[in-house]
Amino acid sequence: MASRVDNLYFFIVAVTAFFAVVVSVLVIVFAAKYHTKDPLAVGQPIHGSMPLELAWSIIPFLISIVIFAWAADVFFDLQRPPDQTIEIYSTAKRWMWKFQHLDGQNEINELHVPVGRAVKVTFTSEDVLHSMFFPSFRVKADAIPGRYSTVWFTATKIGEFHLFCAEYCGTSHSGMIGKVVVMEPAAYQTWLAGGAGAGSLSQRGEQLFNDLACNTCHRTDDTGRGPSLVNKFGAPVELANGTSVAVNEAYVRESILTPQAKLVAGFQPLMPTFQGLLSEESVIALVEYVKSLRTTGGGGPRTASEPSATAPATPQNK
Amino acid sequence: MGDAIAVRGGHGDAHAHHHPDLQHHFDTLEQQHEAATLGMWLFLITEVLFFGGLFLAYMLYRVWYPVAWAEASRELDIVLGAFNTAVLIGSSLTMALAVRAAQTGKQRATVVWILLTMALGFVFLVVKYFEYKEKFEHHHVPGPNFVFAGPEAGPAQIYFSLYFLMTGLHATHMIIGFFIMAVIAWMAHKKRFTPEWYTPVEITGLYWHFVDIVWIFLFPLLYLVDRAGHFA
Amino acid sequence: MASTPLTYLNHEHSVASWLLTKDHKRIGVMYLLVVTLAFFVGGLFATLIRLELATPAGDLLSNDDYNKMFTMHGVVMVFFVLIPAVPAILGNFVLPLMLGAKDVAFPKINLLSWYVFVIGFLFTVYAMVTGGVDTGWTFYTPYSSRASNSNVMMTGIGVFITGFSSILTGLNFMVTIHRMRAPGLTWFRLPLFVWAVYATSLVQILGTPVIAITVLALAIERGLHFGIFDAALGGDPVLFQHMFWFYSHPAVYIMILPPMGAISEVIACFSRKSIFGYSFVAFSSLAIAIFGFLVWAHHMFVSGISVYSALVFSFLTYAVAIPSAVKTFNWTATMYKGAIWLKAPMIWAISFLALFLVGGLTGLITAALGVDVHIHDTYFVVAHFHFIMVGGAVMGFFAGLHFWWPKITGRMYSEIWAKVAAIVVLAGFILTFGPQFILGYLGMPRRYHVYPDEFQVLNVLSSAGASILAVGYLIVGIYLIASLFKGEDAGANPWHATGLEWTTQSPPLPHNFEVQPIVTREAYEYGTQEVTVG
Repeated sequence: MASRVDNLYFFIVAVTAFFAVVVSVLVIVFAAKYHTKDPLAVGQPIHGSMPLELAWSIIPFLISIVIFAWAADVFFDLQRPPDQTIEIYSTAKRWMWKFQHLDGQNEINELHVPVGRAVKVTFTSEDVLHSMFFPSFRVKADAIPGRYSTVWFTATKIGEFHLFCAEYCGTSHSGMIGKVVVMEPAAYQTWLAGGAGAGSLSQRGEQLFNDLACNTCHRTDDTGRGPSLVNKFGAPVELANGTSVAVNEAYVRESILTPQAKLVAGFQPLMPTFQGLLSEESVIALVEYVKSLRTTGGGGPRTASEPSATAPATPQNK
Repeated sequence: MGDAIAVRGGHGDAHAHHHPDLQHHFDTLEQQHEAATLGMWLFLITEVLFFGGLFLAYMLYRVWYPVAWAEASRELDIVLGAFNTAVLIGSSLTMALAVRAAQTGKQRATVVWILLTMALGFVFLVVKYFEYKEKFEHHHVPGPNFVFAGPEAGPAQIYFSLYFLMTGLHATHMIIGFFIMAVIAWMAHKKRFTPEWYTPVEITGLYWHFVDIVWIFLFPLLYLVDRAGHFA
Repeated sequence: MASTPLTYLNHEHSVASWLLTKDHKRIGVMYLLVVTLAFFVGGLFATLIRLELATPAGDLLSNDDYNKMFTMHGVVMVFFVLIPAVPAILGNFVLPLMLGAKDVAFPKINLLSWYVFVIGFLFTVYAMVTGGVDTGWTFYTPYSSRASNSNVMMTGIGVFITGFSSILTGLNFMVTIHRMRAPGLTWFRLPLFVWAVYATSLVQILGTPVIAITVLALAIERGLHFGIFDAALGGDPVLFQHMFWFYSHPAVYIMILPPMGAISEVIACFSRKSIFGYSFVAFSSLAIAIFGFLVWAHHMFVSGISVYSALVFSFLTYAVAIPSAVKTFNWTATMYKGAIWLKAPMIWAISFLALFLVGGLTGLITAALGVDVHIHDTYFVVAHFHFIMVGGAVMGFFAGLHFWWPKITGRMYSEIWAKVAAIVVLAGFILTFGPQFILGYLGMPRRYHVYPDEFQVLNVLSSAGASILAVGYLIVGIYLIASLFKGEDAGANPWHATGLEWTTQSPPLPHNFEVQPIVTREAYEYGTQEVTVG
């Protein structure tokens, strides 16, 4: 993707430089050629030319459309991760980036990824606006409190590359930097195996799910006070007000923090809110746990060593 | 570019024909009057944009949080709100009659109608005072002391933030209007206005009607959200 | 020596005659004084910024102090220099003269505008000297509403108050243009400066109230803990950005349209020719003003707006670029087969063309969605807007100032020094901001107090350029002030220009014209009229 961005960029630079040079040269040539020192001399009484006006309105407009369309095409692909990506979660807070791998590794201001594989980072902010910027991958998105944002990239070279915060966030804004460590696949596996510690992300989520008694209402079938969460992630669900909504990261987060906002059809508004009781990292762990609740394609916690699909496999049973 | 021909003459001979209310940079009373009314209309357009920002925020959040909006709106006193609406519309009527009186040279009637307008506006503000007081007592003023039962407390606080911002801004405009009307009433009392020149009364009227129209939007948007109870 | 003729400058001398004046010309001069002061203040902050950035480490200022520097640089330059400069100084002075009027429509409101401007400036300066503000001039929430420990409210109040100055000026000018044109001065005989000021007034009237309510809402949110931008309550911090940019994008057209108008006047005069495509340039001004209201979210492509919104705003951004391109082509074509008289105003105008070209064209780069993801919030954007605002608006202001200085003061300045200054400023400017395009694409974010070592060389070049730029501006100040004491008498029309303002003495009479002008000719009729000499 980065080379696509560069190609587009240099194309626009070339086009704009061309016009800049042409107009500048004309101005200088005219200033020289028609120069006079006689204050009473006058120029030719030329008032305008409709063909010229049309030409230099329409041609730049058409060129603009080409640039716009090419840029939009690149933009779509920048904003839409491929189906198979390594998923990383992150929270931004003043003034650091916390990364969580599915296998449970936590990193601060560093992100280890394998070369040649698409990586998707889903992130939010715990306090003010930040912006996750990887200049080498030409991607950036703001971290907004209350919402999830994503960036994705595929690193093509081994090495270390910059991570910058690109939305002003106060005193240490310019200190909120880090690095992406791109490794050979084998080295990456070794790294992954080396530091899990407290279990995978979804295992942590499962722990929270039980500790906070979510499992007393959200059983594995719909007999509890709340709906079953098995096989729910990725498909639409019908709400009490008749509309339907996609069960994605944002919806799961919203249901934990403001449960009455989008109530599932057939259930009472009984769920208490966990606003203020859970850190963003805990919410992410719960989100990842809900994602892992699949009865097909090998359910259970997803690991960082396999690419995960962004949409789960079709449910086969109820 | 221009040929200068002595058409209207310079400063000298015009004084004899100068209407006392004609300002020196204008050529005719008509030009001056048109400038003044155009200026006031442009000013009112800026006021539309000024309130507009709040209306935009209101619209966005109402679409996002219809339940909170319904619940919070029901906390407002619809009787007082409707009464105030009637009072303000009445004050627009008295203001229009003041302009008419000035237009027809009735100096004393002009003063009376302006004072009535101010009185009605004052009634509106007194009612508003009691409404705000009640909101304060119920802890519906946004901030650290805000209390609202139920899960909609967060968006309800946003509703009340907008309620106080919008009605507060409106009330501020009314208070400014009072000062303007006091000046105009005084000028009318001093018999400053004639059928040829009553522009200040007219543009004050425009301003006051604008203040009224803003309220006519605020009343249903703030007081009448889901009174029929569709959002339970 | 013959007795000194009556002018707006000498007919009354007391301080009260200035502070209580209703004369648009005196008000224009008073704006010039305050705006120049503001330019120095903003320039001081810029100096500290570039000094700090010459080294990668934060060795000159603390983190917080640096953050205050770029914030206050932006606030002062945007609200107290760029927005008022051409309209409130040159517009106030020249507009009624150009229209053949005795004054603007509402002279007392004009004076009020100046006082409101000064009061707003005082509030802002007070905020700065009692601790400063560090939110960035864009005041994004939640940092500005919840986290910053600086004088956000006081600065917000200063900006709020100053906005009314801009609104009242726009209102005044619009009514003046509608109602006070001399007999025979039809719309299509107006100088293009008037069209530009008219379009600007449109933006001032429609846009400024929105920043006013936005800043007011922010101040109340911060002071009283209301919650419309608070995510914890379900509020949307991005709503602030929509409201802020709805004004602040059109605001950049307030900054550039009047200088473009001045450039039209200068190029016509010093090519001794009518502006090529008059009605296209006139309508382009209006098109820029109107379309300018439709593109605000191009500042928010990565802020969380939907992909479809981004598409719409990117497309409209390309659309709004076209009228500016049309103007640039028309100015260039005006010079073709003109009689080019390379006096100082024309040198400034040609510098404007070169820099505005780059600034405007780099806007096409930032408008490209796929590229903006990378360059948003980097030094690329900083370079882009400085090329337009300094290379464009400030250069255009200087072109106009050099053009109308003889009319305003009755004096000529040193032609040599004026040309030297133009070249020094041009060179200094390119060295300051050219490297920043490269810095940006390499990934250096903006608002960074410290930066990785690899960015140092380009930063040093930029800081070196800034010192040259500062010298250039100082030279301008020196010879303009010197002209007041030693400059030769300008006479009514030293540039042999068309335009009603040049048919009256320099400096003008208090009431502008002895007799009401009547207009029978088109604008810019060089070569078909006798233009009075001196």
